[in-house]
Amino acid sequence: MLAISPPGWGANLLRGLANSIQIAVGAFGLGLAIGIAGAWGKLYGSPIVRDLMEVYTTVVRAVPELVLILLLYYAGTDLINRALDGLGYAPVDISGLVAGIGVLGIVQGAYATEVIRGAILAIPQGQIEAARAYGMPPGKMLRRITLPAMLPFAIPGLANLWLIATKDTALLAVVGFNELTQETRQAGATTKAYFTFFVAAGVLYLLLTLFSNVIIGRIERWARRGMPPIAETGR
Amino acid sequence: MSTAASTQPAPARSEWLQPHRIVLIAIAAALVLSAALFMRWEWLPRYYDLALLGIWRTIWILVVTVTLGFMLAVPLGLAQAAGPFWLAWPAKAFCTVIRGTPLLLQLWLLYYGLGSLFPQFPWIRQSELWPILRQAWPYAVVALTLSYAAYEGEVMRGAFAGVPRGQLEAARAFGMSPWKRFRRIWLPQAIHRALPTLAGETVLQLKATPLVATITVIDIYAVASRVRQDTFIVYEPLLLLALIYLIITGILVFGFRKLEAKIPSRLG
Repeated sequence: MLAISPPGWGANLLRGLANSIQIAVGAFGLGLAIGIAGAWGKLYGSPIVRDLMEVYTTVVRAVPELVLILLLYYAGTDLINRALDGLGYAPVDISGLVAGIGVLGIVQGAYATEVIRGAILAIPQGQIEAARAYGMPPGKMLRRITLPAMLPFAIPGLANLWLIATKDTALLAVVGFNELTQETRQAGATTKAYFTFFVAAGVLYLLLTLFSNVIIGRIERWARRGMPPIAETGR
Repeated sequence: MSTAASTQPAPARSEWLQPHRIVLIAIAAALVLSAALFMRWEWLPRYYDLALLGIWRTIWILVVTVTLGFMLAVPLGLAQAAGPFWLAWPAKAFCTVIRGTPLLLQLWLLYYGLGSLFPQFPWIRQSELWPILRQAWPYAVVALTLSYAAYEGEVMRGAFAGVPRGQLEAARAFGMSPWKRFRRIWLPQAIHRALPTLAGETVLQLKATPLVATITVIDIYAVASRVRQDTFIVYEPLLLLALIYLIITGILVFGFRKLEAKIPSRLG
């Protein structure tokens, strides 16, 4: 039943996995961008920006992802279409992929904001002061000093976020997007062999996680190059 | 650009209400008021009882799974931190597998997978447990419990390993039996260490509860979905749902903070 060719459902599962990975990568990237902007806003923004970021991270982290996905999925597509309508354009049909990436990206962004904010605060203050003393403009300082210097502190948290992103894609099954969990359920519903397919999908997810762990280990070693090794802390 | 404003100590209470905050609060109040006035809430009285039942179910599932999950997490953490390899290894494998797969998949595996396997065995169908196994909530409770146990087991592993050796040695020098040592010294200090993470994990668990609605357990999320299906009102139930979860999260965080403040923190 798990064969790749049509009588089996292997190809469907693999297609679902590819969709899941695509969404996870997109959402993680979007979340990272939001996170950097959000952390910057929280640390250096005006009081109003800081308060708004606080509301964003608090609300997103307190409300279940499932509810946020429904809310943003319907409200987001509806608002965009209304805006387009108001501007005189024809409404567009937003694909599940784009909507999924957008929704999960906003969720990831809230967590990434906190991770990156903490990492920036962990940079020795002298490095940032030195950059200022050299007269670096803020953009250059972000690119040359802040981002590279915070990376070793941020990578454990960001790695965790990536693993959460891969697993959160399963939630899009609830809005009917054809990622791995949804494909699995369809395969199970057709063949009545639920157990086989769910175990197979679980193995796929697990492989993705374990493979990610190997890559993350490499990246972490690369980001921490030249820094003294630290004893493993609790988490 | 203000320089490193966030490194300053937290502002005193009197500084909290700054002019821009008053404006922001006014805007928020106006938004809430306009939502209350101009959106459609006439469905609320009809679903009031059902919503209360849903909230009760959500809290019930949360409390039961957190309690059971924590009871499982202690041996899991202990086995990984101090157990022999034939205990540590399965515990680690369990945590890795549960943490490496989505909860939704685990839930569906138990509900659809086991649910379709069980009826094939006549002795299960004739057993006295069958009326329970035919319902959805046991699968929800089991899946959420296992998930919480795996995440919390990992936390407890670090907490058990983090208790200073001297404390345990002192307990031993007092001639405490191993069980007494565990009960009086090791476990309380480990729990104290794990408490901040425990609060976070419990909020995550609350956020995982709406998944049970996908296997027909009527929690508050399922109630909101039903309102949407019955009345074709899209946003209002979801917004109210988000507000309910915000309030429950707030209560949880507040409760854990109280609990943390109760325990003297200069241990170890």
